[in-house]
Amino acid sequence: MSQNVITKDEIVAWVLAYAQAISDNRVLLTELDVAIGDGDHGANMDRGFKAVAQKLQSGGTDISQILKTTGMALLSTVGGAGGPLYSTLFLQAAQACAGKSELSLQDWTGMIDNAARGVMARGKAAAGDKTMLDALLPALQALIEASHANLPLADALLKSAEAAEHGKQATIPLIAHKGRASYLGERSAGHIDPGAASTALLFLIAAKTLAQS
Amino acid sequence: MKKLINHPDDVVRESLEGFANAHSSLVRVNLDPAYIVRSDAPIAGKVGIVSGGGSGHEPLHGGFVGAGMLDAACPGAIFTSPTPDQMLEAVKAVNGQAGALFIVKNYTGDIMNFEMAADLAREEGMSIESVVINDDVAVNDSLYTAGRRGVALTVLAEKITGAAAEQQRPLDAVAAICRQVNEQGRSMGMALTSCTVPHVGHPMFNLPEDEMEIGIGIHGEPGRRRVKLQSANVIAEMLMEPVLSDMNAKAGDDVLLFVNGMGGTPLTELYIIYRKANEIASKHGLKIIRSLVGSYVTSLEMAGCSITLLKMNDELATLWDAPVRTVALRWGI
Repeated sequence: MSQNVITKDEIVAWVLAYAQAISDNRVLLTELDVAIGDGDHGANMDRGFKAVAQKLQSGGTDISQILKTTGMALLSTVGGAGGPLYSTLFLQAAQACAGKSELSLQDWTGMIDNAARGVMARGKAAAGDKTMLDALLPALQALIEASHANLPLADALLKSAEAAEHGKQATIPLIAHKGRASYLGERSAGHIDPGAASTALLFLIAAKTLAQS
Repeated sequence: MKKLINHPDDVVRESLEGFANAHSSLVRVNLDPAYIVRSDAPIAGKVGIVSGGGSGHEPLHGGFVGAGMLDAACPGAIFTSPTPDQMLEAVKAVNGQAGALFIVKNYTGDIMNFEMAADLAREEGMSIESVVINDDVAVNDSLYTAGRRGVALTVLAEKITGAAAEQQRPLDAVAAICRQVNEQGRSMGMALTSCTVPHVGHPMFNLPEDEMEIGIGIHGEPGRRRVKLQSANVIAEMLMEPVLSDMNAKAGDDVLLFVNGMGGTPLTELYIIYRKANEIASKHGLKIIRSLVGSYVTSLEMAGCSITLLKMNDELATLWDAPVRTVALRWGI
């Protein structure tokens, strides 16, 4: 039976499971980036989340601190565009749950909302630019709807993972307007955006690891 | 993949270690976080000139650290922007209490990381200015792209700006010179072959023996269009035409003509390109008062070249001629 809150230990488990998933999908993410970017997304994310996993080995004192530790580790290890963007995502998430020892669906939704705002401000991108936002914003929208409908947490997480995956697939026909892929113009169409792929994975892992016990 | 490496994970660090071993009289190298500073830094009262970017473009930027050019350079992973903590430590290491200028190539990652570093340095009480280099005419500068890339003009900007800083000019004046170089310079590049990032292990794109990419950047990304291979003379025309039309060069203008190799093209061929570019510029009535030929802003082992034209004036020429003592550029001292 699933629970209706996310605990501190589950947040650690989520980030660590994501680090493992990034490592498992490193080649895939790199190949997506070779197609329309510069081929470093898999290696950069893997380097960053290996550093995160190291820092989180001893757990953390509270959810906000765990997320902040994650964001700071990413900032100093990833580089490229992904570094500031994923770092901002976790730092803004941390800010939204300051002082909370567990997260309800409403808390989690508010946290993702703050994270998405941070990423939009840092990257100066919008929906449809063929970026990580094309997975992040649909996931947020699904959480907002689930939150209004008072769905069980596990169902809400699943819906957000599906929305992120759908958003990722929907980047295929898009022409990139931001980042290195934008230099390709129309040649950027026909490929999944690597940032949307790594973000969809983040929500997939959330659905698999949170609210499970 | 055939490369002189030990392991893909160790490429940047081991290359930096070798660089430190080879050039200890000119630079100091810090490995964690990674940055290179001129051996006599910090210099009191002098604006610190700090640049950086992904590795794989050597000698850019580390090869241009030294008297008369950069005070510090931050190398990232291959083709990946360095991180804000590197930039912050580098700018502190060269802090002569006169502020610092970041010279940033226009790529999304570089912009965001340098912005965050500038915020952190300002929080520590330093004055920071940034100039973004975006000379590549192959990219349309529109709302629908990340904007023109910063490519070979970066070397000219670092040299001229470094000379201005060496004269102890104040931060705003040094930044103004850098902006002037950016506004007056344009570049366009092409590739005969792709290149292989060690982590990826295979070429970034496949280019058949009889084709070439026109309008490439410096990260192995494909160009604007792929066409049949042409003679050096035709290639020089294909690069010079968009540069000339974009920079609005007029007969009688003084220019610096820079033919840059992408890493895998011999000087022999670069001079064949220079010969034709020189002829085209002269036909336009341009006066080539300075020149540079060589592989200074590279893309690993990519074969190809870029052509840069910088509109000159007396001040820029004087700053270009000023003494420089770095690993990759040295004259006058």
